Amino acid sequence: MKLDINGTVRDVDATPEMPLLWVLRDVLGLTGTKFGCGMAQCGACTVHVDGQPVRSCITPVSTIGARKVRTIEALSPDGSHPVQRAWAETDVVQCGYCQSGQIMTTVALLAQKPDPSDADIDAALSGNICRCGTYQRIRDAVHLAAKLSRGGAK
Amino acid sequence: MTISRRELLRTSALSAAGLVVAFHVPRVVRAAGPSPAGAPALPPANAFLRIGTDDSVTVLLAHSEMGQGSWTGLAMMVAEELECDWSKVRCEHAPAAPVYAHTAFGVQMTGGSSSTWSEFERYRTVGATAKDMLVRAAAARWKVAPKSCHAANGVVTHGKDQLSYGQLAQEAMALKPPATVKLKDPKDWKLIGTQVRRLDTPEKITGKAQFGMDVQFPGLRVALVARPPAFGAKLGKFDASAALKVPGVEKVVPTANGVAVVAKHFWAAKLGRDALHIDWTAPEAGGVDTTKLMAEFRQTAQKPGSIVSEKGKIDAGLAGAKTKLMAEYEVPYLAHAAMEPLNCTVKIDGDHCEIWTGTQFQTGDQGAAAHILGTTPDKVTIHTTFLGGGFGRRANPAADFVSEAVIVAKAAGVPVKVVWTREDDMHGGYYRPAYVHRIQTGLDEHGRPVAWDHVVVGQSIVAGTPFEPMMLKHGVDPTSVEGLAESPYLESTEALRVSLHTPKLPITVLWWRSVGNTHTAFAMESMIDEAAHAANQDPLAYRLGLLKDKPRHAAALSLAADKAGWSSPAPAGRARGLAVHESFGSIVAQVAEVSVENGQIRVHAVTCAVDAGTAVNPLAVEAQVQGSVVYGLSAALHGKLTLAGGAVQESNFHDYPVLRMFEMPRVTVHIMQSKARMGGIGEPATAPIAPAVANAVFALTKQRLRTLPLKLA
Repeated sequence: MKLDINGTVRDVDATPEMPLLWVLRDVLGLTGTKFGCGMAQCGACTVHVDGQPVRSCITPVSTIGARKVRTIEALSPDGSHPVQRAWAETDVVQCGYCQSGQIMTTVALLAQKPDPSDADIDAALSGNICRCGTYQRIRDAVHLAAKLSRGGAK
Repeated sequence: MTISRRELLRTSALSAAGLVVAFHVPRVVRAAGPSPAGAPALPPANAFLRIGTDDSVTVLLAHSEMGQGSWTGLAMMVAEELECDWSKVRCEHAPAAPVYAHTAFGVQMTGGSSSTWSEFERYRTVGATAKDMLVRAAAARWKVAPKSCHAANGVVTHGKDQLSYGQLAQEAMALKPPATVKLKDPKDWKLIGTQVRRLDTPEKITGKAQFGMDVQFPGLRVALVARPPAFGAKLGKFDASAALKVPGVEKVVPTANGVAVVAKHFWAAKLGRDALHIDWTAPEAGGVDTTKLMAEFRQTAQKPGSIVSEKGKIDAGLAGAKTKLMAEYEVPYLAHAAMEPLNCTVKIDGDHCEIWTGTQFQTGDQGAAAHILGTTPDKVTIHTTFLGGGFGRRANPAADFVSEAVIVAKAAGVPVKVVWTREDDMHGGYYRPAYVHRIQTGLDEHGRPVAWDHVVVGQSIVAGTPFEPMMLKHGVDPTSVEGLAESPYLESTEALRVSLHTPKLPITVLWWRSVGNTHTAFAMESMIDEAAHAANQDPLAYRLGLLKDKPRHAAALSLAADKAGWSSPAPAGRARGLAVHESFGSIVAQVAEVSVENGQIRVHAVTCAVDAGTAVNPLAVEAQVQGSVVYGLSAALHGKLTLAGGAVQESNFHDYPVLRMFEMPRVTVHIMQSKARMGGIGEPATAPIAPAVANAVFALTKQRLRTLPLKLA
């Protein structure tokens, strides 16, 4: 089947029920998207499908069709996306395993709500678990990313 | 591969055509220049540091980066003394080799909140050694005295002459290392003590960071292993015919006590494992049931166990006290539940073996792999990847996930990455053990504890491991009782008895972030709070009264209370509770502010005061304290494994909930200026949060919650 992954249409050899996560990781070698729970509980596998945040670990690849899949690898090659810059500035990451998912969820949030409240952040990001406990800096970074995205000063 | 790492570095440096040159001290030179008698030998700088002709500075880490920030902190130590350009510094994990053994523990491992204090001398000395050699190389080039040269920001200067470290690296390599070096006076530090952002951020925000789970190379297969469904269950017969029909499944091989399905990729391996038919034998005597087990623990706690600490006459002390209190505290088994499920990649080639995994215990894993393969540890190369969280689970003396992967790769005859699902990870054992504490205390007319009888019941972590002979004394595992016998509250208590029962059970247990302190701090700080209320005293004033001769504890507690506004009432509908606990050489005091919403405990704010001695990177200290509070709150509010028939009932984050964003309190961290000896910071803030919250809940509701996770009646 054909899949639009990060702006390139790829020919993929996979069974229809195979979750998108494993197509990305094991077939296409895009390992930035992480496996954490396999049942849409932790958000580590979050990617965008036509701009919407999707848990790729429970999304059969056959349901994607012609829709556009975007992963952390497509955000920017050098960490220059405003959300990535905010993450770096706020020194968010610890082990880092959940952060691809946190960042992809945040990018989708800011597309919907350019200036999110704490309640908006809770609603959008409570599906993304971080065991290192970076939540407070994530919250601060989301606010900073909103400012950077609007072209505001640091 | 028979060449040593050092030779490898040199070889690869040469093959890179001078682009990168190892900062290498020839072994013949080192052998010819022993340290003067009495002076300790300096660490070999070349094993810890490489300077490239492109001016890059690469620090090799003897400790694993699992989120705690050693990747940045150890590099700061080198850079401080090396006087290099911080923007040119990068890190990589060291291979497994004796030279990287822990300076205090003697094996290569990451744990015990020790990476910073245990490397503070060594990594600074490496930087100072290299700087000395670079300066001498420059001085030789210019034919001037080294003392007349100055090194700063990666450049050696003499008058108008300048040479970068990269330009000097090759010549510096050929010089004899100094016998001793003088480290900088702390007042001259430029990096240490400042807020430095992490060096591993760029790869971790772009998806490029390589965790064990991400290891891929041509020919690598993925395996999932069916493991016993209950502790005590054993592998019987199995039928692999259906599994082998799953497209992508290539082999099915038995392991020590399970069955591995080897396939082209994870999904095929998972479908293949689902298709296995396995007869497991039932555990003897039906297997552990935690409801019954905790009742047995409470029964056992009625009588004293092996003596940990004893002074005075406990029976007389209790009998003569004005007020007597008795309480039992209980904590359940806990999974570490790191975000990255366990995994390990193994490639066997003749008598050599390569392992890629996120491990906290390279020496143990290397030895275990060598044992299985009938070879020596030097034939086992360990590539330490980033760890997607460790929390103790990846420092297993039993080397469970590494040994199993070696067995699978050996049996399958192909390179294999064994991947654990979340359910496998949660069912895989090596938990924080369940414990019961039974405390009887007698207070005098001022409310001071004059008698304290404390019985602890729970499994030993070190029994049955290579650490047993070193750590287990008279049947007492110190990790079961740390923070009790040496409690600062009990130093002046006239009659004291702390004792321990260590039941033997088939459930595998292990260190879990802050280890024994996870339960001892809960019991101790809750009971002290009960004593304060029984004495009709303010919980802060009561503690400070007992801590008269403990200025560091008192200062931390006072600061946290002050910053939390202890002397003024909490906002309507909220209350505060506090706790202070020393562990891993550091003291952490916390004040939690809580409310109850819809019958659920809600933690709004946590104010922390930390005395850890010198804070190398305050930004990292703050992150570790915040993270420890989150980890501890997950256990305080949610964490519980239950067993029935020997089988763990929880399986994933839906029934083993952990703290999420909407539950995150505002955590404020105050780092105390301290001249105290440097302590750890990865764990010490984990333990006080449960009692701080429980004490706040009592202040708010008058319900004394003595069982974790905390649930209101």
